Amino acid sequence: MEQLFTPEYIVSILLSGISLGGQLALIAIGYTMVYGILRLINFAHGDLFMVVGLMGIYVCAVLPTYAAIPIVILITMGLGFAIERAAYKPLRSAPRMSAMISAIGVSYLLQNTATYVTGGQPMTYPTIETLNRTINIMGTPTKLVVILTPALVLVLIVLLTQLINHTKIGMAMRAVSKDFETSRLMGIKINRVISTTFVIGSALAAVGAILYFTTYPAITPTSGSMPGLKAFVAAVFGGIGSIPGAVIGAFLIGICETIIKGLPSSWNVSVFSDAFTFALLIIILTCKPTGLFGEKATDKV
Amino acid sequence: MLQQKTNRKGAAGAVLGILALLLGVVLLENLSALIPGLPGVLQPTSQLFTVLKKGAVYALVVVSMNLLNGFTGLFSLGQAGFMLLGAYTYAIFTVPMDAKDQVYYLYGGSAVKFSLVDLFEGIFGTSGAGGGIALIFAVLTGLVLAGLVAALFAALIGLPVLRLKSDYLAIATLGFAEIIRAIFQWQTLGPITNGANMIKGFPTFADFNIKNSSGQVVLRLSTMVPFLVAAVCIALVVLLIRSSYGRAFKAIRDDEVAAEAMGISLFKHKMLSFVISSFFAGVGGGLFAMYVANAQAMVFTSTMTYEIMLIMVIGGIGSISGSVIGTFLYVACSEWWLRFLDAETYIGSFKVPLLRSGFRMVVFSVVIMIVVLFFSKGIMGEKELSWAMVRGFFQKLRPGKKAAPAEKKED
Amino acid sequence: MGEQTVLRMENVTMQFGGVVAVNDLSLEIPQGKIVALIGPNGAGKTTAFNCITGVYQPTNGRVEFMGKTMVCSHPTGKMKKSYLGSDRDKFQREPIMAPTPDHVAKLGIARTFQNIRLWKSMTVFENVLVAKHMRAKQNVFSAVTRLNAGEEERMRRETMELLEEQGLDQYADEIATSLPYGLQRRLEIARALATEPKLLLLDEPAAGMNPQETQALAEYIRQIRDKHDLTVFLIEHHMDLVMKISDYIYVIDFGSEIARGVPKNVQKNKRVIEAYLGVTENE
Repeated sequence: MEQLFTPEYIVSILLSGISLGGQLALIAIGYTMVYGILRLINFAHGDLFMVVGLMGIYVCAVLPTYAAIPIVILITMGLGFAIERAAYKPLRSAPRMSAMISAIGVSYLLQNTATYVTGGQPMTYPTIETLNRTINIMGTPTKLVVILTPALVLVLIVLLTQLINHTKIGMAMRAVSKDFETSRLMGIKINRVISTTFVIGSALAAVGAILYFTTYPAITPTSGSMPGLKAFVAAVFGGIGSIPGAVIGAFLIGICETIIKGLPSSWNVSVFSDAFTFALLIIILTCKPTGLFGEKATDKV
Repeated sequence: MLQQKTNRKGAAGAVLGILALLLGVVLLENLSALIPGLPGVLQPTSQLFTVLKKGAVYALVVVSMNLLNGFTGLFSLGQAGFMLLGAYTYAIFTVPMDAKDQVYYLYGGSAVKFSLVDLFEGIFGTSGAGGGIALIFAVLTGLVLAGLVAALFAALIGLPVLRLKSDYLAIATLGFAEIIRAIFQWQTLGPITNGANMIKGFPTFADFNIKNSSGQVVLRLSTMVPFLVAAVCIALVVLLIRSSYGRAFKAIRDDEVAAEAMGISLFKHKMLSFVISSFFAGVGGGLFAMYVANAQAMVFTSTMTYEIMLIMVIGGIGSISGSVIGTFLYVACSEWWLRFLDAETYIGSFKVPLLRSGFRMVVFSVVIMIVVLFFSKGIMGEKELSWAMVRGFFQKLRPGKKAAPAEKKED
Repeated sequence: MGEQTVLRMENVTMQFGGVVAVNDLSLEIPQGKIVALIGPNGAGKTTAFNCITGVYQPTNGRVEFMGKTMVCSHPTGKMKKSYLGSDRDKFQREPIMAPTPDHVAKLGIARTFQNIRLWKSMTVFENVLVAKHMRAKQNVFSAVTRLNAGEEERMRRETMELLEEQGLDQYADEIATSLPYGLQRRLEIARALATEPKLLLLDEPAAGMNPQETQALAEYIRQIRDKHDLTVFLIEHHMDLVMKISDYIYVIDFGSEIARGVPKNVQKNKRVIEAYLGVTENE
């Protein structure tokens, strides 16, 4: 058992934890942005993530990788846009619960469609050569994707922050998330802002999915729901609506999960790698419901 | 309003109705034995009885979810977790002693050296009527325990999560269900939960079929049993909803702030609703284990909760009769009427496009989305089925006659 | 004078972040009187109500009800440093008491809301009936098994009596929110009365009413006070209503008291006139 905890082993666990965290972060941003603006837990976001994986399989079968990746990302953006228009926009003035039920319905639809298309069999994600190349880090052989993920996450987040803080649409997004009704009255085109949010969230989820399924290549129709829920927990942990919060939460969850999975199998605790995330959720919700960086909202009486 | 008399009359009518329903179910299941040569639909092996059994089980679970979501306005997604607790509790306590070694062979037998079945057989004997009474007591005690364990866990988890607002509550209860599922698959608890393997060998619905001495079935009761349990439980929920407490739940649903200002303790009443809902979900879980004849943690996923929730939406959030109707419709479609969508079909040599395994669920999800988006009230909305409504419906169907204005619901 | 004080607020301060919504408010409401709290929009009147009814825990101060401390608070945690109000140390040694709104209701304080909050899926009858739930002698088992039939019957009978008394009995079976505005306000008062309060807090009862209705309301408030042996504390904008029915008036602006007294003195008070004129200009 002592042999398990060599420095190389610890480094490799941490690296894959950071990598998983980065992938979750990319999904979590989509959750947190949508929640920030619509106050909706977009349950379908995780399943969109799974659909990206499946599309990757089918598109890579006919096109070379360098062409397939942008196409998959574009289709995902379109799908995210379409889901919002079809399933959430008609319910904008309905009670909040209706939109959430609709989100669960979309999730159900995407899962069942995936089962139908794949015939229920687990599919194998194609190997993307560049990402799978092995390099040495501190004596630990590591796949390139493990290193690339956090770097890519950082670049994308910087870009996103710039977009939100320094462009007109970004300003509109911030305004809408502060006060939906007032923003509408001030002439902000709400629907455009919401669509943009969904498109950005979907694009990030697509990038996340490509990285994620390179590491975990087996895809089933339910492959998306667990990473999706975890990413949502990450968003709650960081304070829903806060992008840096979501990213920090995602890295934390990713690292903890790989550590739990990496513990000796005789301890029998790997079954709790998913449950841990939810325990964390319940703890954070009871102790600090606003998360690390969240804002407090009060109801007017 | 002040009419206590009609209430009493209504209660008697309801009891008679339930008895008639049960009798009808028994008759239906035994019809093929009484009259030979009936169509296959009425044979005991027909899909009809699968639908009836599963429908009864699910109806109870959907009603329990509706009590929480529809009547108290608490959006909880933990139903599968409470069903799991119920299913396992029932299974663990009712596997007979002599079957335990075989079920738990991976762990060298069960750590629970006790079985309700053996306990009651020790009191009433094993053969004839005594055995039957022992079975009834064992199953009933098992189901009540199933409900109590689920309710106990609900009380524990309710302390932290019931203070949360709508969507946070949803995600916290969903997370709780996942935690429970992981715990029941944990190898270390194997001697109790059988780890990730299923528990089998406990009494199921089929055990209620009465056999003669040569082992032949003389009276089939396997469909009546889930109907009986579900009907009693749903009747209790209806009684609760129509009581002062039910009205307080609705007040919380409609406006928490006003409810609290009128002296209704939010925490106490939310907890009450949560615990009672979980109790019935636990009983439903026990029934579910009886229906599938095993208890296995991996079945009780969040997808199961979603399914239950979507049935509730189809039936109408805030309507008990809607939940029951919705459940039977849903189960009949998924287990029976729409099965053909899953089969590759040829008309002559022409292969009907799209039809193959999985298509049924796609059609289903589309229908559900249509209901959610365009018919958000579901079948019943917040109304309950009443004679006046049925009469009005048939009057509308009859051409030439003007539909009677919908009468106000009673009470 | 020998009359008992029903409610006493002592140095109550409510601070949200850096904003002091209610500042050092002290007042007394004697038994059987009608007392008004007035002030321009955003002066902190509803916040003061919320501090009494347990919706908010005040940052500092004490509220006594029927001679017993009901709410007591002092700045804690971060608020210790950022507290802007006065009397910081006065309640430092006293234990914090922050009852929930349902607890306050049980003690005998009922309220209405500025923006009417009736239970929208329920009938007029049910709206009042639910308010009887709190004082009913029953538990969930007796309720489900109908062992509480006598109690239930009593609740229904009393509800009907109350509706008759308020002239709402003909609407008993209508959905509460389908009533005309004025009747909805009256129903909210009936619902509050069903909790058998000693003190009734009315948050802008005349809002949205025309002059005739307002006139009738004044008489109505007096009536229910006499009939139900109440003390009334109200927030109002309609000056003529306030002047007509109040025994005593407190005026606040920007959270702080600017005047108090009997109606005719308050009417002449310079600061009150300024506060009100100032607002009129802005509007």
